[in-house]
Amino acid sequence: MVEDETQRLRRIKPNLERRALIYEFTRNFFRGQGFQEIETPVRVPAVAPELHIIPFESEGWYLSTSPELYIKRLLAAGYDKLYQFSRCFRKGERGRWHNPEFTMLEWYRTSAGYMQMVQDTEILVFTIADRLGVSPVINYRRRSIDLTPPWQKITVRDAFLNSAGWDPVAINDPLRFDTDLVAKVIPAFDPNRPTVLLDYPAAMASLARLKPVEPEVAERAEVFIGGLELANAYSELNDPQEQTRRFQIELEQIEKERNHKQIIPQRFLESVKNLPACGGIALGVDRLVMLFCNADSIDDVIPFTTDTA
Amino acid sequence: MDIEDVHKNTKLLVNGMPYNVDDAEFVKPGKGRAIYRMKLKNLIDSSTLDITYHSGDKVEEARISNLEMQYSYRDGDHYVFMNTETFEQLFLDEKTIGDKKAFLKEGMMVNMMMLDDKPINVTLPYFVELQIVNSAVTTKTDTFTSQLKAAVLETGATIGVPTFVKEGDIIKVDTRTGTYVERVGTKK
Repeated sequence: MVEDETQRLRRIKPNLERRALIYEFTRNFFRGQGFQEIETPVRVPAVAPELHIIPFESEGWYLSTSPELYIKRLLAAGYDKLYQFSRCFRKGERGRWHNPEFTMLEWYRTSAGYMQMVQDTEILVFTIADRLGVSPVINYRRRSIDLTPPWQKITVRDAFLNSAGWDPVAINDPLRFDTDLVAKVIPAFDPNRPTVLLDYPAAMASLARLKPVEPEVAERAEVFIGGLELANAYSELNDPQEQTRRFQIELEQIEKERNHKQIIPQRFLESVKNLPACGGIALGVDRLVMLFCNADSIDDVIPFTTDTA
Repeated sequence: MDIEDVHKNTKLLVNGMPYNVDDAEFVKPGKGRAIYRMKLKNLIDSSTLDITYHSGDKVEEARISNLEMQYSYRDGDHYVFMNTETFEQLFLDEKTIGDKKAFLKEGMMVNMMMLDDKPINVTLPYFVELQIVNSAVTTKTDTFTSQLKAAVLETGATIGVPTFVKEGDIIKVDTRTGTYVERVGTKK
C-alpha cells in the first residue's frame, strides 16, 4: 500500500524532532567554543566553479551550492570563528543520500588546518550522540558504529593501494578515482568505526592548500560514517594567484564538458589576498540526522523533498 | 536521453535490447562525478544486467507501448495476433512466447508489448478460463498429490486439478503461477 502524505509525515515525526535537537546541540556546541553563527546569501551572482557541482540558475544568478566563499570573505575582513547552517542547491543530485536542496553546516577557524577541523567533527558528533542520550555506539543500518574519538584515519594513497590496487596520487585518473572510491575504497572501511580519508591528490585539491612537505597532495580530508560521506575539510588555500588559476581550469572544463560559461566569483578572489591561514569544513546535516535516526533514505529526515514538495 | 533523467521503471535500449530499469542508485562523491548504478531487466527474456553510468552519459530510451490484441492462431513457428480495431496482424515466434503458450487460447485478448512498431513480448491476463480435455486418472503416477491429479487443458498443457474436476469442465487458471484456481463450469 502506498502511504499518503499524512501517514508519511506522521511516520517521520520522531526523526524531525530529533533533527531539531541536533540543531540545538550543534548551536550549543559552537557557542560554547566561541563560534559566531552567521547567515550568507542563498541567491548569489557567482558560485565556486567546480566541474561536478552544477548550480541552479536564478534570473542570471545562481542558487548557492555552498556558503564557503562568503564565509571566507568574512574571515578576510577579520572575523575569527564562524559557523553557518545553510541551504545549498545542487542540480541533478537526487538519490537515497541526496536531495537537490539540502542543508550544509560549515564552520571555519583562523590559525587552524584540516586536521583541526576533523578533530572538531569528532568532538561535535560525539557530543551530539551524548546529548541525545545514545551511547557512543550508534546503530546504523544493522551495523553498530563506535563514535568515540579519535576516528580511523588513512591517506587516500594508502586506501586506494589497499582496496583498489593503484595510487591515485601518482596516476591522475579522476573517473577511475570516483568509480573505485564508491565501489572499492568506501566498502572496505571498517564498518564499525568512522573513517577519515586524508591528503587528496593535488589535482583534486579544489579550494585546499597543498601540503608543504608533500606538495603532490592537498590538505583535504573527508569523513565517512556508515558508508556515508559526511564532511569535507580543507586547510584553506589563501594564495590569490593559485586560487585564480584553479578557478580558471575549472571554468574551462565546465565550458568544455557542460557547455556553460560560469561566472568567476570576482569579489571572493579579491578577498583571498586578505584571507588568513584557516581551516574550514562542510558537513551534510541531512546525513548526520540520517545516522542518528537510523534512516535508510534522506527522504526520512526531510519533510518535503523535491519529490514531495 | 541524459542519464540524469533515468528513473526506476524508465525503459532503455542497451546494445539494441529493451530493458526496464528495476533499480537506479545515485551515488556521488561530494566533489566527484555522479555515478548511476542500475539494475536492468531485459523486457524480452527477463534476464538481468547490472550497469554503471556516469554523469554526462547519454542513453537511448526504448519507446515501449502496450497494445490490446487478440490471439488468432498458430502458423508453424509463429503465433499470429490481431488488432481487433484495425485488423492488423502481428507475429511472435515460439521462442519469445515461451512458457506462455501453455495457456494461450485462440480468441484470447492479450497485452502486446511493442518496441517502436515491433512486437516484442506478450502478457496474458492473470486469469484465463480453459476447458479440460482429458482428466482420466488411471494410475498413481497421474496423481500430483493426494488432492491433485493431472489434467490436460484444451491448449495441450498439463496442470494439477482437484480430483472432482472432470473432462469437459471449464477451470480458471492463474497464468502467473500456472496453477488451478477454481472450477467455473461443469459439463452437463
